[in-house]
Amino acid sequence: MTRGWRKLLPLLALLLGAADVRPTQDYLSPEIRAAQEDPSRHPGWLWVEEGEALWGRGEPSCAACHGNIAGMAGVAARYPLVATDGALLDLEGRIERCRTQHQGESAFGRESEPLLALAAAIALQSRGMPVAVATDGPAAAFLEEGRHFYETRQGQLNLSCGQCHDNNAGRRLRGDVISNGLGTGYPAYRLEWNTMGSLHRRLRACSLGVRAEQFPLGSREYLTLELFLASRANGLPVEAPGLRR
Amino acid sequence: MQPVPITARITLPPSAQRGEVVTVRVLVRHPMERAVDAPGLTPVPRKILHTLRVTYSGEEVFRMALSPGIAANPYLEFTTIATDTGDLVFTWEEDGGTIYRREARLVVT
Repeated sequence: MTRGWRKLLPLLALLLGAADVRPTQDYLSPEIRAAQEDPSRHPGWLWVEEGEALWGRGEPSCAACHGNIAGMAGVAARYPLVATDGALLDLEGRIERCRTQHQGESAFGRESEPLLALAAAIALQSRGMPVAVATDGPAAAFLEEGRHFYETRQGQLNLSCGQCHDNNAGRRLRGDVISNGLGTGYPAYRLEWNTMGSLHRRLRACSLGVRAEQFPLGSREYLTLELFLASRANGLPVEAPGLRR
Repeated sequence: MQPVPITARITLPPSAQRGEVVTVRVLVRHPMERAVDAPGLTPVPRKILHTLRVTYSGEEVFRMALSPGIAANPYLEFTTIATDTGDLVFTWEEDGGTIYRREARLVVT
């Protein structure tokens, strides 16, 4: 497919009125997309390397139970998921649990460098694999909560997520192109942040953008929303660690 | 001052032929703190990597002055001509005098 056609696709979907959810990489500029695919230019790989080093550290280390990090292929594609105790966990939440329950260490803390590094290194193993989150069984109730959050108008601007990410995807909002709002690229290196960041940090920016309440990182609101976003992305490729503006 | 290691990703081709133009890509982890100096804010002195020097088998092949307008974790790319198998030595000078150093081997066949 030529580059010109790829650019037209979101517009085409808009004209057809299709509820078509496209991978975020289709909405990136050609330069950012190329850099996202190129580890020699993607600053996120600085975190990936740190995460791979952390995989071998600790007592016991991640590797002592899980083996080579390559064995994590496909794991990130299944998150967020409902743990056996009924809690909804994202990948970062799972890493923190491993750390506190199996390694006997204190939690890294949301948005800390080592947690982002480990999440990036683990998510990379699933890069290109289709998102495959469970939406039935114990996840169904969480999914409905997330759907409700997504569809509810919020904030002083009184916007729901879909008013940008469905109705206006592919069009410009200030300097950037609106995507379908998937979390498949996170943790991602955002040029605006000058660093790696989690999906929840990005969601807080979205909440601020519509002048709504910003929920804490790892809050139930963002976890259930993350699950709903992942359900929209089911079957689309994992892009993490992504590169975003 | 003794050079200290720094987190960096240096990408070279796995091998090159003599006389070939090779592309060198350098990503380095650094906050590139441009000074904060405004009323009501805690002043922070400027702390950036202000110079990068690259030698190849002892000879300088690339030098760059970096400015405060450059983003954190700066990425840059340059080319050099492969002569003999040897080490590319990267040294960054930071405000305050710290010198960071990394090496990468270029294999010439």
